Amino acid sequence: MLQDYLNDYWPIAILLLLTTLLGIVAIGLGYLFGPRRSNKRKNAPYESGMSPIGPGTRQLPVKFYIVAVLFILFDIEVVFLLPWAVIFKKFVDEGLGNFVLIEMIIFLGILLVGYVYAWKKGAFEWD
Amino acid sequence: METEVIVFLILAFVAIGSAIGMIINKNAVYSALFLILNFATVAIFYLMLGAPFIAMAQVTVYAGAIMVLFLFVIMLLGAEQLKKADKGEWQKPVAILFVVVLIVEAVYLIFGGGGDLLPMINEVSEVGDPISLATKLFKEYFLPFQVTAVLLLAAMVGAIVITKQDKKS
Amino acid sequence: MLYSMDDMFNILPTVIVVAWATALILVEAFLPKKYKFITIWLTVLGLVVALVAAINQHGIEAEAFNGMLVVDGFSSFLNILILGSGILAVALAVGYNKRFGFDRGEYYIMMMFSIAGTMLMSSAADLIVIFLALELMSIPLYIMAAFYRGNVNSEEAGMKYFLLGAFAGGFILYGIGFVYGATGATGLSQVVTAINGGVDSPTFLLVGAALILIGLGFKVAAVPFHMWTPDVYEGSPTPATAYMAVGAKVGGFAALIRIFVVAFPTLSTDLVPILWGLVALTLVVGNLVAIAQKNIKRMLAYSSISHAGFILMAFLPYGDAAVFKSSVAAALFYLLAFAITSFGSWGVVIALEKSEGKGLLLEDYAGLGRKYPALGVAMLIFMLSFTGIPPTIGFAGKFLLFKAVMEGGYYGLAILGVLTSLFSAYYYLRLVIIMFMKSGEPNIVSDRWVTLVTASSAVATVVLFMVSTPLFAWAEQAVLKLF
Repeated sequence: MLQDYLNDYWPIAILLLLTTLLGIVAIGLGYLFGPRRSNKRKNAPYESGMSPIGPGTRQLPVKFYIVAVLFILFDIEVVFLLPWAVIFKKFVDEGLGNFVLIEMIIFLGILLVGYVYAWKKGAFEWD
Repeated sequence: METEVIVFLILAFVAIGSAIGMIINKNAVYSALFLILNFATVAIFYLMLGAPFIAMAQVTVYAGAIMVLFLFVIMLLGAEQLKKADKGEWQKPVAILFVVVLIVEAVYLIFGGGGDLLPMINEVSEVGDPISLATKLFKEYFLPFQVTAVLLLAAMVGAIVITKQDKKS
Repeated sequence: MLYSMDDMFNILPTVIVVAWATALILVEAFLPKKYKFITIWLTVLGLVVALVAAINQHGIEAEAFNGMLVVDGFSSFLNILILGSGILAVALAVGYNKRFGFDRGEYYIMMMFSIAGTMLMSSAADLIVIFLALELMSIPLYIMAAFYRGNVNSEEAGMKYFLLGAFAGGFILYGIGFVYGATGATGLSQVVTAINGGVDSPTFLLVGAALILIGLGFKVAAVPFHMWTPDVYEGSPTPATAYMAVGAKVGGFAALIRIFVVAFPTLSTDLVPILWGLVALTLVVGNLVAIAQKNIKRMLAYSSISHAGFILMAFLPYGDAAVFKSSVAAALFYLLAFAITSFGSWGVVIALEKSEGKGLLLEDYAGLGRKYPALGVAMLIFMLSFTGIPPTIGFAGKFLLFKAVMEGGYYGLAILGVLTSLFSAYYYLRLVIIMFMKSGEPNIVSDRWVTLVTASSAVATVVLFMVSTPLFAWAEQAVLKLF
């Protein structure tokens, strides 16, 4: 039973497998055929100048945070759109087409207000 | 052994391994990457339990968007390297004690007095597949659906307010 | 169509607040900066319109949206209370926010969303709606706590409140999951049907109820889930503190009463001992630790914890249908009394607060009663009301509460309540003594809206005591519909 059900997901599994393979192949080919002549100078981040101290990462500005938060919020919005799209035809057949359409318009309308606000307040601008 | 048991065991191994990896890693960025692996495994669990929509949401929202936020915040705080000093040695024995209590409790519930917990397992319904979920969500749960929109709106405005200065005009 | 316009009309006050707040976001986005004060006026107008709608709705009993919301006396009582509180909170914030340089319209929009969440909580009859409403109430509060940008204390308060609030939200969600697992339902009436029909796993049901109790305990700041309260109350901008002290309590208690009375009366034998301990701890810790405080905001924070204990006290006889009506009515009445007194006292705090956290120590109140007798007398009235001394509404609240608890047979707890009230007299009256007996030169910031709130709260505290009988009858009326 589980197998029948999971059979629907073979394409996704194959896709995952292919992407993984592609990554491995790309790196593997470079590893196999690329020339490897390393020395200390070559491995240093800069050829000349001061040698770097401390970790290679640095603090990101808070702008990234607002981008990520807006991304999450709109992502959740999209997650709701998916089942809606799946069900829409069925609702239309049941005569509830207008109802779900208006329902989704209200939902998107409320979030559109947030979008307009974010835009006007410059949340999408980088500086 | 049946295939599903084998698949489950492999996934369980990966899930637990990645969870442990997340906890013991000293570098917060690596921990976050382990967490992504963990989320992905859990998504496959949802799929096996007959809840593809939740699996999809798990991947897009958790493994995708929320982990982006996690990584950004880790980098924002500059907290990717744990310092030795703030480890809090006293927490170790307390944590071990709590874990032991939890395990004893769980074992007792499952094998001892937990007879009444078993019927729960049969409660799995078809809420997870997109069609029945959407039917419920858009018909019965009209109100919670719209409240969610308002909640997201409030969160959006709030996030912008606390990070963006008011523009001087 | 699955829903008709009746569904909308039944929850009209909430719809008004949500729609208004949403529209205000657009106003805020497009309005030039020099007209920002319009947002404040529009907020007040919106709250007044919603208040009129809520008063107009009084006496209606209906279900809306598939039974997910219930409109009854209980919800309309709390709606009127929270809308009134919202108007007071706006009045407290206007001058303060300007004085400290963060007068942004979003503050009022956030507050409106929080009010909408509280209103939804007061009529929610489905665990999912309760959770969403709780988040809608809380998220704006986190933002309001952190609103004073650049102030470390305010940022710390916002962060702390957010982390612990999210943690508490997790408890509630987990509890809802357990209840759903045990009963297969999230609607409160379906949960009752399932419980009465016999649940397969009572353990899970009990675990779920306990987790929900813990989560809501966080929200109303009951000991031992109160750790965040003093820090958050101290760090937040004072008007935000004034609002969250009342708003979060109204929402939390609304959900507690609705969930436990409607869905879990059968669990009362298991839960009453736990509640007993919770109440006793809250009363003792709240009142004793308040004595040690030197900062007025922290003192009022502990005082607010202790009042949560008093309100929670009314909860104990919740499985006993005969007593419960009067005890819930007493809780509602006490909430009202607490709200009025609390806004007034925070108004006095705002009048004395200077920048950089100056003017918040108890010593800064020395000489207030001599230099500004009116303000001193107002504060005296609030302190008397908090203690429960006539002629104030606080006395009526405590009297009715203890009476209800004694009817339920919890004499020990009633005695503990009276004893801790005596303790509380020490720190409340100490402030009065500092104000009137000690000499000092306090300076107040003149702010007509704050003065208005303080004066009207002081008058209301006394006048409502005179009419406490009809007021209590109203509260009783509100509860009758709950069953």
